[in-house]
Amino acid sequence: MNFLNKDITSIHQSLVNGDITAEQLTKQAIENAKNNEKDINAFITIDEENAIKRAQEIDKRGINPDNLLSGIPVAMKDNLLTKDVLTSAGSKMLSNFKPIISGTAVNKMLDADTISIGKTNMDEFAMGSSTETSYYGRTHNPWNLDKVPGGSSGGSAASVASGDVLAALGSDTGGSIRQPAAFNGIVGMKPTYGRVSRWGLIAFASSFDQIGPLTKNVYDNALVLNHIAGHDEHDLTSSDKEVPDFTSEIDSGVKGMKIGLPKEYLGEGVSDDVREAIKSAADKYREMGADVEEVSLPHSKYGVAAYYIIAPSEASSNLQRFDGIRYGYRSENAKNLDQLYVKSRSEGFGDEVKRRIMLGTYSLSAGFFDAYFKKAAEVRTLINKDFQKVFQNYDLILTPTTPTPAFGLDEEKDPLTMYMNDILTIPVNMAGLPGMSLPAGFSNGLPIGMQLIGKPFDETTMYKAAYAFEQNTDFHKQTPKIGGDK
Amino acid sequence: MNFETTIGLEVHVELKTNSKIFSPSPVGYGAESNLNTNVIDWGYPGVLPTTNKGVVKDGIIAALALHANVNQHPHFDRKNYFYPDNPKAYQITQQDTPDAKDGWIEINVDGKKKKIGIEEMHIEEDAGKNSHGKNYSYVDLNRQGTPLIEIVSKPDIASPDEAYAYLEALRQRILFTGISDVKMEEGSMRVDVNISIRPYGQKEFGTKVELKNLNSFNYVRKGLAYEEKRQRQILMSGGKIQQQTRRFDENNGTTILMRVKEGSDDYRYFPEPDLPSLDISDKWIDEINSKMPEMPTSRRNRYINELGLTDYDAMVLTQTKEMSDFFDKMIELGADAKMASNYLQGNVNAYLNDKQIDLSQTKITPENLTTMIKLIENSTISSKMAKKVFKAITEGKEPEKFVNDNGMVQLSDPKKLQPIIDEVLSNNQQSIEDFHNGKDRAIGFLVGQIMKQTRGKANPQVVNKLLMASINK
Amino acid sequence: MSEKISKDTVSHVASLAKLELTDKQLPYFTDQLGNIMGIFDSLNEVDTNDVEPTFSVTDQINVMREDVADNWGERDQLLKNAPDVADGLIRTPTIIDESGD
Repeated sequence: MNFLNKDITSIHQSLVNGDITAEQLTKQAIENAKNNEKDINAFITIDEENAIKRAQEIDKRGINPDNLLSGIPVAMKDNLLTKDVLTSAGSKMLSNFKPIISGTAVNKMLDADTISIGKTNMDEFAMGSSTETSYYGRTHNPWNLDKVPGGSSGGSAASVASGDVLAALGSDTGGSIRQPAAFNGIVGMKPTYGRVSRWGLIAFASSFDQIGPLTKNVYDNALVLNHIAGHDEHDLTSSDKEVPDFTSEIDSGVKGMKIGLPKEYLGEGVSDDVREAIKSAADKYREMGADVEEVSLPHSKYGVAAYYIIAPSEASSNLQRFDGIRYGYRSENAKNLDQLYVKSRSEGFGDEVKRRIMLGTYSLSAGFFDAYFKKAAEVRTLINKDFQKVFQNYDLILTPTTPTPAFGLDEEKDPLTMYMNDILTIPVNMAGLPGMSLPAGFSNGLPIGMQLIGKPFDETTMYKAAYAFEQNTDFHKQTPKIGGDK
Repeated sequence: MNFETTIGLEVHVELKTNSKIFSPSPVGYGAESNLNTNVIDWGYPGVLPTTNKGVVKDGIIAALALHANVNQHPHFDRKNYFYPDNPKAYQITQQDTPDAKDGWIEINVDGKKKKIGIEEMHIEEDAGKNSHGKNYSYVDLNRQGTPLIEIVSKPDIASPDEAYAYLEALRQRILFTGISDVKMEEGSMRVDVNISIRPYGQKEFGTKVELKNLNSFNYVRKGLAYEEKRQRQILMSGGKIQQQTRRFDENNGTTILMRVKEGSDDYRYFPEPDLPSLDISDKWIDEINSKMPEMPTSRRNRYINELGLTDYDAMVLTQTKEMSDFFDKMIELGADAKMASNYLQGNVNAYLNDKQIDLSQTKITPENLTTMIKLIENSTISSKMAKKVFKAITEGKEPEKFVNDNGMVQLSDPKKLQPIIDEVLSNNQQSIEDFHNGKDRAIGFLVGQIMKQTRGKANPQVVNKLLMASINK
Repeated sequence: MSEKISKDTVSHVASLAKLELTDKQLPYFTDQLGNIMGIFDSLNEVDTNDVEPTFSVTDQINVMREDVADNWGERDQLLKNAPDVADGLIRTPTIIDESGD
């Protein structure tokens, strides 16, 4: 019996009852992860020794019956600092980097007595939508090994989908939690900007980055967010708003809820089966008593263009610290200081990272700031205003998470086509809104994800709507090829 | 051909806060290398800056001290460049929204007063320090993140002497706010200089030359004077000024070419996304303003107009805030202004120079010095005795107690002095006769005898008076 | 803003970012960057007169830390993990240009 395919609440019951110990559960998680590695490659590091030691400590202390997360195996995306454990961000640049501190979200998960069994694979520095740009090799989609798991949190999503762990933390800058969640048939939440502290998250684009949970079901997701959310004195952009219990009224239904269905998100480029799945989902919501109406977000179509100016600009600056001097990779081939910089960076970064660094450097360089960076920031304002306008009359927005289900690993992709993959998720990061993806159908055996977008700091309503949908559908009950009940 | 000179000064002032501008590490880099550093100061992956409220406050104080308009909605920007002492490869500074704008200070060159405008002021972080060995360089990040205020002058400075006066006035005003030590020799004040010249009447400024390695106000003046002459000679001989950075050579007072500048650097400034913007309230500014220490110009005017001191005295007393505060305290305690001023400029300054220390490092207090001055005024001690008393004060002793313990109280009481005088007179009839015969020297002898009898404690003025009265009876 | 980026510009941008591109990489990146920048033109369709730029979406404003010093004592660990150190200092190849910024 694979406990890892159950939900956290029932496993918690088994742990409390003594049907299984945290150590046994952790060993099972590690065994699953190891068995799946050759097919999936979801992990950069499996931290067996520490995980088992921690599980034993928790068993010794006893499972806390009031803490559903106590003793639960989880995984962390490799751009989250974990003290003394390799944190590479999927890059050769940090292939020797064992941080001296853990980040806030990681520490909060540890404080909740979860057990991290390792660090998950990702696109290098979270730049990508397929987990193909990792220095540690590609991750495969557990539903179809020839397909990508999405990205950049592809390892986190695959590790949850394939039943290695019950929850994983990811990060989302333009869709990096939601898109892999969609491709893996699981639930992924990108909370409101500022809901979760970014302290200890290796920055990609600081005004977009958010940490969030990936889980098999909605309730588990809310449980994890409960623990990682909240103000942090180390991150001044983290909100001081009160964190509600996201699970407390999760089953209160959607009756009377007003849901907007933006027409621009179902247009050209969205595949027929995805469009159909979202229309069915809209019908399902109507059936459950919600009002679903077409709305318009006219500036969202400029999201990708604006994003690929602002995010690489911030990234180009954020990634300048990787210079071979204080930590990380230092080239052996440098004869002087300038070569140390140039060679360490040229050897340490992969092509996608270089591309974005150059794009951002260009957008910020003398003479282009106004035409590119500032213009994009103005368009960002308009994208945000569209959302604000819709939210005056609606509680939620429903869209597809991605235009298509998972694409092939070996398909030829030029960067621009790849960037277009995030067209439906990027506007949410632009506006700093909470967005989540949950299973909404299948196409040729591959999961389809739907995206719920909420008002700022109103993850509660999103979880309610997501939970209601999940309870009235069985998409989430299907299991992938890899990681079914063995 | 006649030329006019335009000088621009960018002054960096290091703030004396407890913690760094964007990290809680202690400020102070005399410490063991890298001791005062943490993950933020190292530009570690995944870390974030936090704005130090004390620095923002000091920025407001500096703005008020320089009559500048505080920007109430500032944000920070990133200035991107690679350098080993710049761990994030960007400096957090203010490009778009300076801390304050449009200030001024008054300078005085050869009695001529002039207002020099201040274009803008920024708060920003300092870099670490590189040092150089034979085959390697070394980085110490203790200084990384030390708060700085950059003060940029308007193109109002027209001569090396004005530049010197501007720096002196700026240093004094900042010093009096207490936000910085403003010491060039310790690096808490640093000056970047640019100078251009143009023919009189020409509208456009000439080509700027930047000067480096100016480690004192004097070097600034000397370097500028040299540069002014050099540029003038080039233009006179029909040449063109090149946009250059030149290094001041302390040994022969000249400037040497470091590099030719082509275009401007590309720092790719953009707003710092990790730090929320600020909203500085009128209330906060008013509160800071109400606690602003009195500036040196105002103090000097008060000393001259209210206390009757000379311009010179007022200037010396306002060299440091410490001295001026000390003086003000003495006045408050009732010391005579002229005497207090004389003692501070004389004995106290001599003592500080001798020991090479600051007033705050001594045991001298305004209370003790005032007491001593009062003892002199009421003739309890003589000015000769005062020398010993002053020494005692420097050792932290209380003057009254010291005087009593050492029996140093001057004998001024006529009832005690008269018998002694009578005795000396009766023993020296010859001297009385000599006096009456016009030998004035006899008086000196008699006073000497009285002093001998009193072991030097007799008050000479009183003795003189009583003696003359007795002898003329 | 519509013309594609030139190889010279890409070289310049790479050098600003301290990256070196081989002779083979330069045309490859130039093409790709030009391609990506093609979509930036679409922003010109948007009228942004009188629109304030959005640089951050945090709900926080005016948050500051009190000026209290706290040494986290991380020096030794930081030095231990650095690529090259000597006597408590981070060691680098000789810095030739003394000017810094």
